[in-house]
Formats: sequence, C-alpha cells, structure tokens
Amino acid sequence: MSVDRAEARDPLAAPAALAAPVTLPPALAGAEPVESVCTPIRMTYTYTPGRALSRYLRAMADKRILGERCPATGQVFVPPRGVSPLAGTAISEVVELPDTGYVDSFNITRVPIERRPDLKPPYCSAWIVLDGASAGFLGLVINIAPEEVRIGMRLRAVWKPAEELETSAANILGWAPTGEPDEVITDYERIGRIEADPT
Amino acid sequence: MAAERTAVIGVGQTKYAAARRDTSMAGLLREAAYRALEMAEKTWSDIDAVIIGKAPDFFEGVMMPEIYLAEALGAVGKPIMRVHTAGSVGGSTGCVAASMVQSRIHRCVLTIGWEKQSESNAMWALSLPQPFATSINAGAGGYFSPIIRRYMMMTGAPELIGCMVAHKDRRQALLNPYAHLHQHDLTFEQVVDSPMLWDPIRYSETCPSSDGACAMVLVDEAGGEQHPGPVAWVHGTAMRTESNSYGGRNMVSPAASEQCADDVFAQAGIVDRRDEIDAVEMYVPFSWYEPMWLESLGFASMGEGWRMVESGATELDGGDLPVNCSGGVLSSNPIGASGMIRFAEAALQVMGAAGDHQVDGARRAVGHAYGGGAQYFAMWVVGSEKL
Amino acid sequence: MIDVAVVAFAQRQEAAISGESEVEFMVPLMEQAKAAVGLTQSDMGFTCSGSSDFLAGQAFSFVMTIDGTGPVPPISESHVEQDGAWALYEAWVKIQCGGIDTAFVYGYGKSSPGSLRDVLATQMDPYYVCPLWPDSYAVEALAARLMLEGGHVSEHRLAEIAARSRASAASNPHAVRTESKSVAEILAEDYAVDPLRPSDLPAEADGGCAVVLAAGDRARELCERPAWIRGMDHRSDAHTLGVRDLTSSASARLAAHYAAAAGDKVDLAELHGPFTTSEHLLIEALGLDEDSTAINPSGGALAAHTMMASGLIRIGEAASRIWRGDGDRAVAHATSGPCLQQNLVCVLEGD
Repeated sequence: MSVDRAEARDPLAAPAALAAPVTLPPALAGAEPVESVCTPIRMTYTYTPGRALSRYLRAMADKRILGERCPATGQVFVPPRGVSPLAGTAISEVVELPDTGYVDSFNITRVPIERRPDLKPPYCSAWIVLDGASAGFLGLVINIAPEEVRIGMRLRAVWKPAEELETSAANILGWAPTGEPDEVITDYERIGRIEADPT
Repeated sequence: MAAERTAVIGVGQTKYAAARRDTSMAGLLREAAYRALEMAEKTWSDIDAVIIGKAPDFFEGVMMPEIYLAEALGAVGKPIMRVHTAGSVGGSTGCVAASMVQSRIHRCVLTIGWEKQSESNAMWALSLPQPFATSINAGAGGYFSPIIRRYMMMTGAPELIGCMVAHKDRRQALLNPYAHLHQHDLTFEQVVDSPMLWDPIRYSETCPSSDGACAMVLVDEAGGEQHPGPVAWVHGTAMRTESNSYGGRNMVSPAASEQCADDVFAQAGIVDRRDEIDAVEMYVPFSWYEPMWLESLGFASMGEGWRMVESGATELDGGDLPVNCSGGVLSSNPIGASGMIRFAEAALQVMGAAGDHQVDGARRAVGHAYGGGAQYFAMWVVGSEKL
Repeated sequence: MIDVAVVAFAQRQEAAISGESEVEFMVPLMEQAKAAVGLTQSDMGFTCSGSSDFLAGQAFSFVMTIDGTGPVPPISESHVEQDGAWALYEAWVKIQCGGIDTAFVYGYGKSSPGSLRDVLATQMDPYYVCPLWPDSYAVEALAARLMLEGGHVSEHRLAEIAARSRASAASNPHAVRTESKSVAEILAEDYAVDPLRPSDLPAEADGGCAVVLAAGDRARELCERPAWIRGMDHRSDAHTLGVRDLTSSASARLAAHYAAAAGDKVDLAELHGPFTTSEHLLIEALGLDEDSTAINPSGGALAAHTMMASGLIRIGEAASRIWRGDGDRAVAHATSGPCLQQNLVCVLEGD
C-alpha cells in the first residue's frame, strides 16, 4: 500500500507549492525575465606559509629538502606541516632528507589542466616516498615516457639551474629515474600498503 | 538512556543537471525541500530545525550560505546549522540531522544537502592559487588514480572491472528520473573506448559535475509510527576521520573507513554484512571505488571485491547485493548533496519507494559517503522495521 | 537531558598571527586543553570544529587543521562552517544521544590574510546584495543609525559600553584592545563609519580556542567545579535586512527563552557583540540586569574579535569564571551573520 502512495506521484512534477505560475503586475507585462546575473568576485589574500613551511622553502633555495620527525613515533614527514598527525603535537625536530626516493604509485594525466600550459599531456604524477621519509607526496616524474614508469622505480630530484633557485617548491622541476634497481615491494598481504625491502 | 528511535518519513530530490539555470540557489533547495515535505505530509511549520550541508563555499561564491538561506528554508525563528566535512558532507549532514532527533532535542528536522556548481567555477574553487605548492595533480582524478592503480596491482583485478561498474551505474541511472546522466545507448565498448583522463581512469569511469539538492525529513519514534506513508528507521549512524598522510597508512582501505563501517554495522546489529544488507548506496566517484569499498565495508574479503562486480552480484538486475541502483555518484554528482543522496536513496529502498530502481523486498540498506583524501567517512544503516 | 559540562578551555587571540599556519597555532591550544584535564585525543568520544574557507582563502581549509588533533587512529569527528560555538552545540547534542561522555571542540579563524570587511560581503544575498559589495561595518552602521535616530540607544550609552570593554580587557591577556579610554574620550573620537566610532567597532583578531566537554561523573572527575550546561539553544532571524527590526534581536530573545536563560540571577554574561550596538541589543534581548550581572568581564568581542572562534571563546570565558568561583550562573552567547542574524545562548552553572 505504501508503494502505491509513492508511485502515485510524478517524480519530476513541480512540488504543489511551486507549481503555480509566477504572476507579474501589469506594469511588468512583457518584461524580459532576468535569468542570471554575473557577479565577479575578487578577493586578495596575503598568505603566510607558517613556521615549518617557511623553513622548508628557505632550504629549497639551497637545494636542500627538510622534513620533520615526530617526537612520539619517529616518523618523518615531508613536506613538513609543523604537526604530527600521529601524536597531535607540534614538531620541532628538523631532519634533512636526500633528494632520492621511489614511486609508491602513479597517475598518467592525459588531459591538459588549467594554469599549467607547460605540462603537456600525457605526463606522470606519482606518490613519491623519499629515502628516510615515512609517507609520500605528489610529484612529477620526468625524463621518461609515462608508460615506462613503474611502482617501485627509483627517482632523483631534477633541480632548476642554480641561478634560477628561489624559496619555492618549484625549484624541483620533477623527479627522474636514477636507473638503480627498483625498490623491492614485499608486502602484498595488506592491500594498499607496500613496504620497501628493509635490506 | 538509549537514543530516541529516529525515522525518515520524507525524501525530496531535484532533477540533477549540469546547470540548473532555471532556478536560484534558494529555489533549488526549496524544490528538494518541498518534495520531502510532501512525501512526509508535513509543512514548514512542523519543522523544528534545519540542518544543511554542502562542500566548499567557493563552489557558489557564497560564504556560510545558511545565513542567506534562512528565509528560503523556513528557518526564521528556528535553529539552522551548516555542516561541512569535504565530500562526505551530505552523509555527515544526515548523521548530524539524525542526532538532533536521537538526542530528543528536536522532534522533526529538515535536512538538505546541495551544490550548484554552475554558479561558480569548481575548477577555480578547488585550485585557488597556492603560492607555496605546485599544482600538478589536476583535481580529484589525479589524486585518486594512483590509489586505484595500487588496488589493481595488489589484487590483480582484470583491467575492465572499472568499466563494468561504470556501465552498470549508467544503466541503472536510466531507472532514476532524477539522475543527471541518462545515456540510453551507452554500450560497454563505448565505456572501454572512452578516453583515458587520469590513467587508469577513463572518462566514462568518472562522475559528472552536477547542480542539485536532496532533502530529508526526520522524525522521532512517535512521528515515525504516526506517519501514514512509508518510513525508514535509522538503525545506526557513524562518522570517522583520519589524517591523509602518515607512514603505513592504508590508502586503499583506510582505517577510518573500516572503523566507521564496524561501528555502524555494530549499531545496526548486522553480523553477516553481505547476507543481511539488501541494498547499498555507496560513494563511488570513480568506478574502481565500488570494488574497493565493497572490501573496506566488509561485503567482500580483501582482494575479492572485484569478483563481486565481475559476477554481477552488485547489479540491480539479479545481484544479491545491488549497489547504487540510483545510478550513484557516477551518474549524478552535486558534491554537497552526493552523500545525502546516498543516505536518502538507501531510505527510499527500505521504504519501498525507489520506483523503477527498487530492490524487491529491501529491508535493510546502507548509505555511505567519503571525502578529502579518502579520510572523511559517514555511513548509516536504515531499515523497514524498527530496530 | 544528560548533564554536560565545560571542563577545559584554551585560547589565543592576537591582532595578527602572521608567522604560523592555522594548524601550527592551534596545536598548542589543543594540547593545552586536553592536558588540563589529563585526556588525550583517544579519550574523546567525539570531536567537532568550526572554521571558514572564506577566511583562509582556500577550499577544504579545515582538512589542513585536522592533523592537529592527532587523528591516528581515526576519530569520530565532524565540522561546521560556523563559529566554534555551533561545533560545541553539535558535540553537546552528540553527547545527549548517549554512549559517549567526552567531546573535544575547537574553533579558529585567521582573517588577517584577507580584507575581512570585504570578505563578509559574500555572506550577503548573492543576487541582490553581494553585488553591491557592502562593507560589513557599514551594514552595522545602518542598524546603529536606526537605533540612534529611533531613540533606542544614545551615543553616550554606546561609549559607555566601549569604555567598559576596554576597562575589562585590561586584565585579559588575550584581549587585543586594552588601552583604557573614558566615555568623554570615546565621544571625542571621529566617526569611523558614521555613526559608529572606532571604539564601537570590533578589534579584529586572529586566533582560536579549544574546549573539552564531559558528562556527569566524568566531568566531576576531571574538574573540581565543572561549568554545567543547563540550557543551550540557537535561532536565526531573516537575512534580508529590510524585513527585520534591526533595533532589536528577536532570535537572541528566542534562543535565550529556549535556553532558559531567565529565571535565577545571572552573575556574569559573555556576549558575542562585535559592535557596541550589538552588545546593547543583546543585553536587552537576553533580559540582563547590568547592576547584578557582570557584562563581558573578558572585554568581550569588542576587545578581540576572532571570526569563527569568538562565540566559542565566550563560552570558554564564562566557564573559566565558573571554575574559579567568580560566579555561579553565567550566560554565554555567540552570533553569526550581519546585524546579529543568528544567535546561540548557553547557560552555565556551577554546583
């Protein structure tokens, strides 16, 4: 019986309260209805990166990569955020990391994206885990055809020429294969978690 | 004191479309709200409080829109709240609305999730220039594609499982008059042949960008008992959040997802999830998330979710655990409403009110939503009978 | 109704916190509030926060802050795009559902990176009002003029409110505007947004706060003198300025009614009135007697106005005074939207 109730209604019919046509006063008869307005919104923000990111960006100008070590668990995060999500505490220990790591997993973008006309599809973006880091970040894999990128592939940062370095994450143009043997992925049991061979 | 039993007695949805230029934001919400009120056989004056949810304010360019919407949503002189938990927000909003009744603070609550992405530019909203980071990942697809690739690698799932999900959801959407995409002649081959966007994600395996709103009316036990029409009883609600980046994080089946599912099924007294649940509305913005969530929610053992897809177990037509009979997020995606649509469609199933996409005799159904870097989760279980 | 109390509170407010990100300045507050009652994140039955993307200038900005709670293992959590006071309301409701006896709540806002008065224009009706880009102070000035010209308030009265805020703020280390000024000195100020003078306007601040809630016996274990929430309610007025009476606050009156703020003596009130005019209206709407109730002993939102946290800070300030025995019964209030559109009232009592 309840099913009949539901089926009795035309799902696309206007709700009764909205079904009545809008009536206009005579003065507006024949007026062209306004169906949309365009309101450009422009707001200017002056961002500040915060303590952890400031340190990270300043080190970038010297081609150095700074991470942070969680005081409670020893996990190392890069880029640093100033806090440990594992402990809910501020982090003060800064660690320098090498500019090498491996592909944790990757994506091949085959459509152009806005504001990055320099990125010509197809190109590869990957979760990159730096040697000594506990978690990955997204970076570009370059100097290789995207189809040849593999999970576990070893990478090294490709930096801008020295004269172009600034306090910016853009100092790293991308990550290129080193040609070393792949990181050995041993843990297939726990889906989604691949651990590098401890040897 | 146990929580007050809570029932859904009204569901209202708008037609989902790329751009609903025929109506304002307020008009869009009222369309959904009126349909929910009609089904609930309630009027605005019966509503004690309004709980709304949507994704980032930048999507419409309106800051804290509950302020502007107060009159349109009948909230003058009443409480109105606005939830925002990233992509899971529609589900979280349903959970918060339910808590207003479960706590006995209110007896009758209207809840609405929506997005009107056409009013602004979602690409702009999602990629406001960040001076300290480089933009390379091209939106959600670029973020989730590596996770999907990992799932494929770990499970050895056949390459076309994602296409099977996409084709199923688009076919099921044809049975849902509110669905955004109605691709009548879409063949499986066309899905397979559609262009790769974020390899391994094809164009036809991604969700559209939609305008739309979804509303529900929730009432207390007495209200549910007195309601002359169909009722969906809330058997459990749960929300979980975790960090999106730490060592050892399982990105394919995040701990927050598994724990959220454990919590909600325990509340609902569900032991054998696949056997006892009759329909699932899960948040699948990219096709591969169906097998991934089937495992994470415990409907399949780890690594076996794709076999359920392959066997047709998740099809409305003949499957034992139909998934996204409404067409799902793959067929309609007004972001802030997408989670609430999952919750509402689950309710419609146990009400027996899902129309042409009804699962025969559905007694218990799950609504599911996730967001952020697969780190925000909201779920509920609803049933045709009181728990 | 389950008895729930505010048992811990930590805050920070400064004119501009430029050297730290939101999560960097929130983490110490989160840690401080939890440590005050010896709890960790895993002890919390629920967590809820309030913040705004439009302040941060970034979509999903709250996702950047969630790591500060330490959400590993996962937490039961939600977020409102409203002042943290509404996050506290959601957490209080969650505790009323049963099954948990603690909750962690925080709210924060950093408005200094943008132009707050312009940003707030985007709260207005997007079709009819926002395109005019009304300055948020000018919007309040409309209400102020109606109040002044209608004889609802005098400039002298507004100056008294401003002077009182400054005097009270002198002893509040978190206040931004603390230098004292007499009524005569304030009345001698040039108008900033006529008819409002600089002292009528809020001292905008960056900052945030964190609060721990606990129920029943748990609250008694954690806190010598818990600040019990005896009633809490929130209501909205219409948004359209032209359809409501800007010389009174109907929704504040309603919220106070449903929160049962009237009745016994109120020892102190922490009111989220960003302007002297709003504080005046709130005292009226909440039925407060200034002879027997200490109004805004912290200096209130005039002395430091942290968008998305000022309301929750009022609750924390009121609770702190209950703990200390400065009073037995307090009213805390939060607002949102132009001209006190939305109001929340929370009644706190000591045993």
